[in-house]
Amino acid sequence: MIEWVNALVQGVLLGGLYALFAAGLSLIFGVMRLVNIAHGDLIVLAAYIGLSTTMVLGVHPFVALLIVMPVMAAIGYALQRGLLNQALGDDILPPLLVTFGLSVIIQNALLEGYSADPQKLNGGVIETASISLGGLAVGILPLLTFAIAVAVIAVLQWVFYSTGLGRGFRAVSDNQEIAQLMGLNKAHVFGLAMALALAVTAIAGILLGVRTSFDPAIGGGRLIFGFEAVIIGGLGNLWGTLAGGVILGVAQTLGAKIDPGWQLLAGHVAFLVVLAVRPNGLFPRVEH
Amino acid sequence: MSAPAVTRATRASRIAMLVAALVLAMLALAPWWAGRADMRLMGEIYLYLSLACLWNLMAGYAGLVSVGQQAYVGFGGYMLFALTVFGGLHPIAAIAAAGGLAAAVSVPVATLIFRLKGAYFAIGTWVAAEVFRLSFAQVSALGGGSGSSLPVGIVRSLSSSRSGREALSYWLALGAAVVVIGTIYLFLRSRRGLALTAIRDSEAAASGLGIDIWRTKLEVYVVTSALTAVVGGLIFLQKLRISPDAAFSVNDWTAFVIFIVVIGGIGTLEGPIIGTLVFFAIRETLADFGTIYLMILGAVAIVVMLKAPKGIWGLIRDRYDLELFPLSYRVHYEGKGRKGS
Repeated sequence: MIEWVNALVQGVLLGGLYALFAAGLSLIFGVMRLVNIAHGDLIVLAAYIGLSTTMVLGVHPFVALLIVMPVMAAIGYALQRGLLNQALGDDILPPLLVTFGLSVIIQNALLEGYSADPQKLNGGVIETASISLGGLAVGILPLLTFAIAVAVIAVLQWVFYSTGLGRGFRAVSDNQEIAQLMGLNKAHVFGLAMALALAVTAIAGILLGVRTSFDPAIGGGRLIFGFEAVIIGGLGNLWGTLAGGVILGVAQTLGAKIDPGWQLLAGHVAFLVVLAVRPNGLFPRVEH
Repeated sequence: MSAPAVTRATRASRIAMLVAALVLAMLALAPWWAGRADMRLMGEIYLYLSLACLWNLMAGYAGLVSVGQQAYVGFGGYMLFALTVFGGLHPIAAIAAAGGLAAAVSVPVATLIFRLKGAYFAIGTWVAAEVFRLSFAQVSALGGGSGSSLPVGIVRSLSSSRSGREALSYWLALGAAVVVIGTIYLFLRSRRGLALTAIRDSEAAASGLGIDIWRTKLEVYVVTSALTAVVGGLIFLQKLRISPDAAFSVNDWTAFVIFIVVIGGIGTLEGPIIGTLVFFAIRETLADFGTIYLMILGAVAIVVMLKAPKGIWGLIRDRYDLELFPLSYRVHYEGKGRKGS
């Protein structure tokens, strides 16, 4: 019994990481209706930038975030202004194919620069430390990951609904043309949204790298987890995305408990069940 | 004033069909004039051409942008192995049966993923492909995660001599390409093809004319899935070895295929043919550079998508008003051609 409770708790905490994968995806979809196929590869890119930073400066991966976050944000802004804005429009094909091409480029650039060998960020004692909660040993790192996920989503929620920047995001999301007429520079707002999304991606990438080993090819899988969390939770609802991540994480750890080979399969099945029963997700955004 | 005449064929399309028939006849005789390596390469070209035409039918005409077609390539490959090893079927019968089974499987898959729209549909197809991959990796009789090889006895049942097998494998690949292109061509010329072309041009208008969009898209998805599985069976009949990672590779069976169609020209029948030739020309010259070659391919696809979204064939068609496959209607006023639909 206690093993099942343990699997459940681990799943909930793992869900925090998936929510971080998903938050950036959800944000840019909400602002500019862009589904970024390269999102998973950008997470992996952040992990590699973190790796280089820790190696060159000899700092802890969490300290490296001080560099990785602004770097990823700058990449995001440049990518959006230089490339993705040109692809946006009524037709869904260009953004899809451009980000797909981007995914292949990032993957192979990482392969060229870092080889296919699995890498890992060294988090030190935090990786193995745990605290006892009601007879369960809960790892500090998963707990911290979950707390960070909650904090990130709270911050995004605050930015979205309580700041001038968020008002800009919501304005271009509601109606791009009218937002332009009101004096907003659409291209710039989109750039800022992508910068914010990739700053979140930086956090996700570093936490991923500390938790498990990574290689250039794993981006697609991370994209799928993030995407499943978004759809399970309901489009356009950030707290729903966290719930979606948790459901996905729990499905995976419970699946792995039954048979190690079923871990990923159980997550996908949970996603497909939600899609069959509640096509709009469990907590779709209510239009006010 | 004579009454305007409506035709589909043009002089260019008649010449193109004649040339195509001649080229096809020459290619069919390749086992007598081409070397072993050339035949292998050409076989691979035909199979990629088939995959590209099928993906183009889905994405270019039905608006179903899938990044999960590897699901059916791998399914076809695994069905070839399962039906020959455990079902005792002849490989060719197994590949045909794989097509039927894929059609049956694709219906429930479609009812689920059709709930997702646009780009989310794309990732949904990828999830479906991952489910296929993970499920086949669980089947230990088929080698589990590490895969298995086609037993020698089954390979021999195709033909006793090596050159005989290679010729047969070549003809099957060529036949697949002809069947795929022929099927798509006839489909597009039919009533349903007209409905599909209408959907491509405007879903709202097509729906207003009484076209059942969901049903038309489902038909395209099922037909495409079945034929993709047949091509997948042929691919792994050439490789003789299968593993979940190779069978359900998103790079090999979807990324390259998408690049081929985008570079050649999406939403036209000619585009994938040109794209396949360009893709193999790039691959044969740059393949030694490994990862750099893939980065160049990705960059070329991005540039084409942004600067010339209709691809190479789109540029040619707009410049010369050419159409090699007679699909659109043209109205002629006193001998002067003008483009119709």
